Amino acid sequence: MTAESNIQVNVCWSCHGGVREGQAFCETCGAVQPPGQTDHFARLGLDRQFDLNPDDLQTRYFALQRALHPDRFASRSEQERAISMQQSTSINEAFETLKDPLRRAEYLLSLGGFTVNAETGNLPTDPAVLAEAMETREALMEAETAAAVADLADDVRTRAETCRADLAMAFAGSDLARAATLATRLKYLEKFGDEVRRRQATLQAAQ
Amino acid sequence: MLLEIHEPGQTPLPHESVSAIGIDLGTTNSVVAVSQSGKPEVICDEHGVALLPSVVAYGDDGGATVGAAASALIQEQPDRVVSSIKRLMGRGIDDLNAVAGTLPFDVATDERDGMVRLSLAGRTLSPVEISADILRATRARAETGLGREVTRAVITVPAYFDDAARTATKDAARLAGLEVLRLVNEPTAAALAYGLDQGAEGLYAVYDLGGGTFDISVLRLEKGVFQVLATGGDAALGGDDFDHAIAEHLLSARGVGEGTLSAGEIKSVLATARAAKEGLTTADSVSVELTVGGETTTHTIDRATFEQLIAAHVGRTIEICRQVLDDAGFAPDETKGVVLVGGSTRVPAVHNAVADFFGGRPLGNIDPDAVVALGAALQAEALTAGSDTLLLDVTPLSLGLGTMGDLVEKIIHRNTPIPVARAQEFTTYQDGQTGMIIHVVQGEREMVDQNRSLAKFELTGIPPMVAGAARIRVTFAVDADGLLTVTAREETTGTESKVEVKPSYGLAEGVIERMLHDSLAHAQEDVTRRLLTEARVDAERVILATRAALTADVALLENGEGAVIESAIATVETAAAADDRDAIQAAIEALDHAAQPFAQRRMDRSIAAALGGKSIDAIDAELQNTENTGPT
Repeated sequence: MTAESNIQVNVCWSCHGGVREGQAFCETCGAVQPPGQTDHFARLGLDRQFDLNPDDLQTRYFALQRALHPDRFASRSEQERAISMQQSTSINEAFETLKDPLRRAEYLLSLGGFTVNAETGNLPTDPAVLAEAMETREALMEAETAAAVADLADDVRTRAETCRADLAMAFAGSDLARAATLATRLKYLEKFGDEVRRRQATLQAAQ
Repeated sequence: MLLEIHEPGQTPLPHESVSAIGIDLGTTNSVVAVSQSGKPEVICDEHGVALLPSVVAYGDDGGATVGAAASALIQEQPDRVVSSIKRLMGRGIDDLNAVAGTLPFDVATDERDGMVRLSLAGRTLSPVEISADILRATRARAETGLGREVTRAVITVPAYFDDAARTATKDAARLAGLEVLRLVNEPTAAALAYGLDQGAEGLYAVYDLGGGTFDISVLRLEKGVFQVLATGGDAALGGDDFDHAIAEHLLSARGVGEGTLSAGEIKSVLATARAAKEGLTTADSVSVELTVGGETTTHTIDRATFEQLIAAHVGRTIEICRQVLDDAGFAPDETKGVVLVGGSTRVPAVHNAVADFFGGRPLGNIDPDAVVALGAALQAEALTAGSDTLLLDVTPLSLGLGTMGDLVEKIIHRNTPIPVARAQEFTTYQDGQTGMIIHVVQGEREMVDQNRSLAKFELTGIPPMVAGAARIRVTFAVDADGLLTVTAREETTGTESKVEVKPSYGLAEGVIERMLHDSLAHAQEDVTRRLLTEARVDAERVILATRAALTADVALLENGEGAVIESAIATVETAAAADDRDAIQAAIEALDHAAQPFAQRRMDRSIAAALGGKSIDAIDAELQNTENTGPT
């Protein structure tokens, strides 16, 4: 059980009573409250862990948007409309971050003080990841037929699947350093997969 | 979770008893509908006609005629009549090349603000003003049909409309005296009409080919939630292009160059082409008469020729479908159904191409011309009367900033759920740099000039520092209507600059205000009434909140305090029943003041509970006990 002394109390902007941090509605007067600074997992009522059930996530997301989307406040006061917009924005942000395994991993790592930064041009530092990147890139250059590119697309998809499973295991074992390496690998594989698919589309269109 | 309880004997505050309508503001036709108890209905004119041609004719007195009567004047008085104005919404001079030659009217551009304007009957009019005239006509039709005033509407726009076109549409509504409750994307509105009708669940595609725009959206439908997963399209592709292809074919058969035709002749040729297209929906071959230069010739077009003429356009729509599905991460055969919207989906070649691609018979049992307006009406009802359905939409195009080397840095990617807010930090690249140009663009391309420029502004007052030391945080926020606001802030000093992205090609705020003033549309009255309504809504909220607090924390009231607050509430109620906005606001302030010490005690109690590690319930129980044991 969490110590109750950690509960932060805010002032309800509407009835001026106390509202516990994280409550979307004032328990006294029912007014919608600003989203506050909670993490994405808590916002969706989930434990802070990598494993999650996508259907459950979707259900929670819909339930929150049903209650807090600006369309629910169309005929209410200006403040309520503005606050619901902030709430809805935060829920979208949380959902978008958590639904994608790579973004979820990056977010979890950032909460744990790690950064995954393959996007800014940094080459993967892990030798095995680097070797795989060079090997697959070479394979794409050599693949000239649509069939060869399709095989490569399948291969990359399988690698990404395996990588996601490994990532889940690393998080389950609280091995954040390994998770960071795997997230970098997954980031590369997903980017490369997009490239392969684009090549595939070009070849198909040329046929 | 949120209950509204009216105490016995308390009448709810008066609400305006006007309905909100749904308007499909189309390129070719506009349709208006209203929904009551979840049953949407198109509002027809006095002759029972549902479609209002989006055609406006201007008279010498400045009066506007909209609809069939205006269409009838197209050939006689081409310099007074305008059609397909939607294609120019939110567009600037630079965009004209994209649609050049496909417009049935002459376009004048204004060098001062880069906006497109049209010369009609001796007047210079913007697309926003012309669209406002069409909206006024739909509003008038609704008011006649419903027998009461209408001031609020849901208006549909192509999902692929960019920020400039959306803003232009909202501005047009303001000019027409309509408050826009929500801009809804046309495919989403169509899905709404189908979904509610059939209780559909699963993955659906909406293929919407209208007169001037093409949209494709992929949605997940689940228990009343309409979640758009991806959307795409082409804001300048539609049935008008089919007409144009036929017209070119006819003219080349006659050996006539388009440049030699008068405005009236061009319109006449396009009308002939259109008739041929419509005929070919059911017939295998049609023959049409073409009158050019006083000479009439007869031409036969068969369906195969027609399909060849439009094959590239149809192929392009399918290519966009493929890309949008790919964005959503699905294969075509994973869709449970595809909904057809827009008059151009009646063309058999379009229908067949869609069926082939998605592998199934498309849904089309709701009139494709009316389905969007029906969906808009449902959403208008949902927003005013409440409903269990919810639309979750996405940004159709990526939004970004121009950076060094004219490259685009994307801040919000396309198909991101809205509302959304994203921030990114930039820095200065020169020592002592005190200003920074923020250039906001929309589109998918890598270079700034390949995308749509939405706005450009300068953040000034950055303290001189060495290059790379300043931290400039640029925030993009897109609201539920898909409209963008950009804020730039220098973090080390807090220098801030905020723009509501009024697109470069939009009307300046002052211009809109002047038009409102000039339009004699009781603009001032509208504004006053809106402010009054807003004050009443706020009064209602304050009363509910205070009553809730009184009920929950009656134990914290001091002697006589309850009566004072009750009397302040009564004053707010009296003020809200009258028409003086200032009086309502003053009464609300007085109530806040009267309840202030009580609110402070409630807050102190909550904090004490948190600090003391006790739940509020436990404290309440103690208070109850004290009360029970004390003298009564």
